[in-house]
Amino acid sequence: MRYTHHLRFMLGCLAALLILPFVLQATGSSYLISTATRLVVFAIAAVSLDLLIGYAGLVSFGHAAFLGVGAYTVGILSFHAYEETTLIGLPGSLSGLVALPLALALSALAALVVGALSLRTRGVYFIMITLSFGQMLFFLFVSLEQYGGDDGMMMFEGRNTLPLLDLNDRVSFYYFCLAWFVLFFWFCTWLVRSKFGRTLAAIKQNQDRLSSIGINAYWAKLQVFVIAGVGAGLAGALSANHTEFVSPALTHWTRSGDLMIVVILGGMGTLVGPVLGTFLFLLLEEFLPLILRGLGLGLLSEHWRFVFGPILILVVLYAKTGLYGLIFPRRD
Amino acid sequence: MKLMKINALAGLLLSATCAAALAEEVKIGMITTLSGPAGYLGQDVRDGFMLAIAEEGGMLGGVKVEVLVEDDGLKPENGRAIAERFLERDEVEIMTGVIFSNISPVVAPLTLRAGRFYITPNSAPSQFAGKNCHENYFAVAWQNDSLHESAGLNATAQGYGNAFVLAPNYQAGKDAIAGFKRYFGGEIVGEVYTQLGQTDYAAEIARIRAAGPEMVFQFLPGGMGINFAKQYDQAGMNAEVPMVLAAPSSDINILRAVGESMVGVSSSSHWNHDLENEANQAFLAGFEAEYGRPPTVYASQGYDTAKLIASALMKTGGKVTEDMDGFRSALKAADFDSVRGAFAFNTNNHPIQNWYARVVVERDGEFVNETMGVIAENHADAYASECALN
Amino acid sequence: MSQLFLEQLLNGVQLGMFLFLVSAGLTLVFGFMNIINLAHGSLFMIGAYAMALIGGVTGSFLAALVLSVPVVACAAWVIEIVIIRRLHARDHLDQVLATFALILFINEGTTMLFGRVPLFLDVPESLSGTVTLPGGVTYPLYRVAIIGAGLAVALALWLIIARTRVGMQIRAGTTNRETVEQLGVNIDRLNTLIFVVGAMFAGLAGALAGPLTSVEVGMGENLLILCFVCVVIGGIGSIRGAMLGAITVGVVDTMGRAFVPDILGRFLDPATASGISAGLSSMSIYLLMVVVLVFRPTGLFPVARSV
Repeated sequence: MRYTHHLRFMLGCLAALLILPFVLQATGSSYLISTATRLVVFAIAAVSLDLLIGYAGLVSFGHAAFLGVGAYTVGILSFHAYEETTLIGLPGSLSGLVALPLALALSALAALVVGALSLRTRGVYFIMITLSFGQMLFFLFVSLEQYGGDDGMMMFEGRNTLPLLDLNDRVSFYYFCLAWFVLFFWFCTWLVRSKFGRTLAAIKQNQDRLSSIGINAYWAKLQVFVIAGVGAGLAGALSANHTEFVSPALTHWTRSGDLMIVVILGGMGTLVGPVLGTFLFLLLEEFLPLILRGLGLGLLSEHWRFVFGPILILVVLYAKTGLYGLIFPRRD
Repeated sequence: MKLMKINALAGLLLSATCAAALAEEVKIGMITTLSGPAGYLGQDVRDGFMLAIAEEGGMLGGVKVEVLVEDDGLKPENGRAIAERFLERDEVEIMTGVIFSNISPVVAPLTLRAGRFYITPNSAPSQFAGKNCHENYFAVAWQNDSLHESAGLNATAQGYGNAFVLAPNYQAGKDAIAGFKRYFGGEIVGEVYTQLGQTDYAAEIARIRAAGPEMVFQFLPGGMGINFAKQYDQAGMNAEVPMVLAAPSSDINILRAVGESMVGVSSSSHWNHDLENEANQAFLAGFEAEYGRPPTVYASQGYDTAKLIASALMKTGGKVTEDMDGFRSALKAADFDSVRGAFAFNTNNHPIQNWYARVVVERDGEFVNETMGVIAENHADAYASECALN
Repeated sequence: MSQLFLEQLLNGVQLGMFLFLVSAGLTLVFGFMNIINLAHGSLFMIGAYAMALIGGVTGSFLAALVLSVPVVACAAWVIEIVIIRRLHARDHLDQVLATFALILFINEGTTMLFGRVPLFLDVPESLSGTVTLPGGVTYPLYRVAIIGAGLAVALALWLIIARTRVGMQIRAGTTNRETVEQLGVNIDRLNTLIFVVGAMFAGLAGALAGPLTSVEVGMGENLLILCFVCVVIGGIGSIRGAMLGAITVGVVDTMGRAFVPDILGRFLDPATASGISAGLSSMSIYLLMVVVLVFRPTGLFPVARSV
């Protein structure tokens, strides 16, 4: 029963996301398509983090680092294309066929290095070592003077180009991001149900027992870390295209914190939950001030975090399995 | 250049649709930074801006205006989301308020592409002053570099032969040091880039003492500057090596937070509370009466921005996007009484204005900047020649 | 050169002592209660605000110092009763989320109450100025006082933990919580006590830091990350580890800022060198943590745990 309920819910959500641009255009609020794009892109990153936190028990506090790698790959290529200069002998490019695969490859590489070292630790120490890597990358981006340092850089010529698809068109870009999101979400769903997924679940429960029956836990964890890194890199590359702007702020530790929050808020280890968490978190961040103003609470509208904080605390205290648990309550 | 062409084209299309939606009120979007330690900058820009509107009873230049204010939380993505909402749902015709140089590269191009006016009361990074300048982009306060160029001129005028320079390791910090060096005649004996958000400066202060320079120029904005100033004084350095600062490092809030340690520190600014012109006196009195606190330089910038808009609205009778050329040339004429005195726009729509030397003194238990004289008359920024506008 | 080296070393130790003041409470709460409290930095901020406000009213540094610590203790007590207590049995993640939300709430509340402008707080007359240390180094008196405060806190903590009954319970609880519970100790009351004591150290650090730094909203957050680094390098739950971790971080950070530019300057042109070295010194403590954790995955002084 729960499973069909679940499936129906997901199909409903997908249908809603598919027709969203038409609804928004019809109601004269097509500017919200951009907000919807942002939600979808952020949700990719949240789902990728859920693979780590929810399925492998690896609490990464530096996940935003890979957002940065993806975004900077796109940004740097665009920068050199605009300036018509080269980077270590290679020209820049605005083509999505170059930028996106390269962004994914580089974030995989970054995740491989970070994961290989970080996975030597466990628990809280893993949280802190991933945080360190995130911070190191943040400061690296800040010191890239050529690419705007802390201020970041604009993509002067707009978004990446693709054959047949104009990403500068808002609706096309939304569907482009949505397609990636659906693809990645479907892949993750398949992954966690596969044999590999069961290995991860076993690692989460008891890593030592697994080692004793001859399964290499380290290797499995490294694999999932790289997959999650690629997911975040994808989100970063899309995000750079969305804002047409890249800055170190993408890799700041508070961004990693935001990602963790949406995963927990939505319900970890559910894949759907983090998506819901993303939607709630970003929509509240954007519209809570407006809602509060609408209610005539002008002072609180400016200080909306004063309301937002307690809402989050209530969710943690009383909705133990996050939003997912509210929608699909366990009957036992 | 390519960007400008695209912008112009998109602008034409959008302004055509905009003109159709004619409203009696002129809507102004203000995206500013109200949260975090730097929140007081945005707050003062907003309050200064609102004061000008309140003086006219909800109008600017005899035209009713509606100002929408949102906090960008210093996140570029938030800035973008708000900008899109302002431009499309609310159809604001004028965008203003951005404080920081990492928000403006997101908000400004969107605004310009939509064929609206972007009038910045604070941040004016070099990219919009030179090659990528735009006819609908106006900077009311200064071009970022000018803040530090004036400090370099100030230091040279005071006869310092060498200097130790210090800024955070980020773009604005590097621009600051480049700007200072551009007009400083002496030698640079030490150049140090500190960490962002650094709290402890003992190591840097020891290096300054070891280098033995004649003066120190530091551009550590906000809390970092307060940290440095307190620790510098406690190390007994103020007496040994004087500081020469740019305006943001010596605003009234910093003076109040640091207190006596700032006495004798010299700085340069385009505005000061004791400038003797009518507009300034009215502004000071009005601000104190309305908000019960003295205005910072940011408040003066917000106020001037509103006054500039008022002067242009007056000329066009409230038409903004319906009369792009008219409103643009009305802005460019800068026909308003700036609280800083003489003011004109350069070819790149950035100010030509005087810069003043100031020194911190104690007056009736309060610490204030006192104007000492003019450092640079009709100073223009270094990028105007790269801009193709005229 | 050697005198400058000594002075910078002293600067490093002083920064370490200051970091220890903040980290001590963090490691107690983290180690014994097994709670990640991101809002520790907010308690630090409350300490500094209380200090500045009480100092402004009374005009006395000592009175402000003595009064601001209980203010933080009260705030911490409320936070413990209302929120932290419910998080004991939860995942670290829930704690991160709830205490992060607490940061938002406290920061925004402080802004609403006291505005966005930094508050004034200066060094008292009796602690201002410099002293000349043996060897001819002049050093700000207030920084010497902070080293003293750090040592005093370390001593006090050592006495509490090694010599008192509560300390014994804390030690036992850090190692094995269930056993202590079964022995009939009121663990709730002990938890509240430890949280409040940890917060008092944070508040004391905030109050002492006020005269040296800008008293503003968000002042604790930058420090928080640094203190987590100290605690983790040292080994969670170990006071000795926190002390060692803090001094290591302080010295590495300070020496990096002090000498890396000169060393790089011998190989590169000055502008490039100062740019790169600033990047390097920002990264140095994180690099330090990575290196420590790669070779000692549970920190330098791991506390034995039977979980």
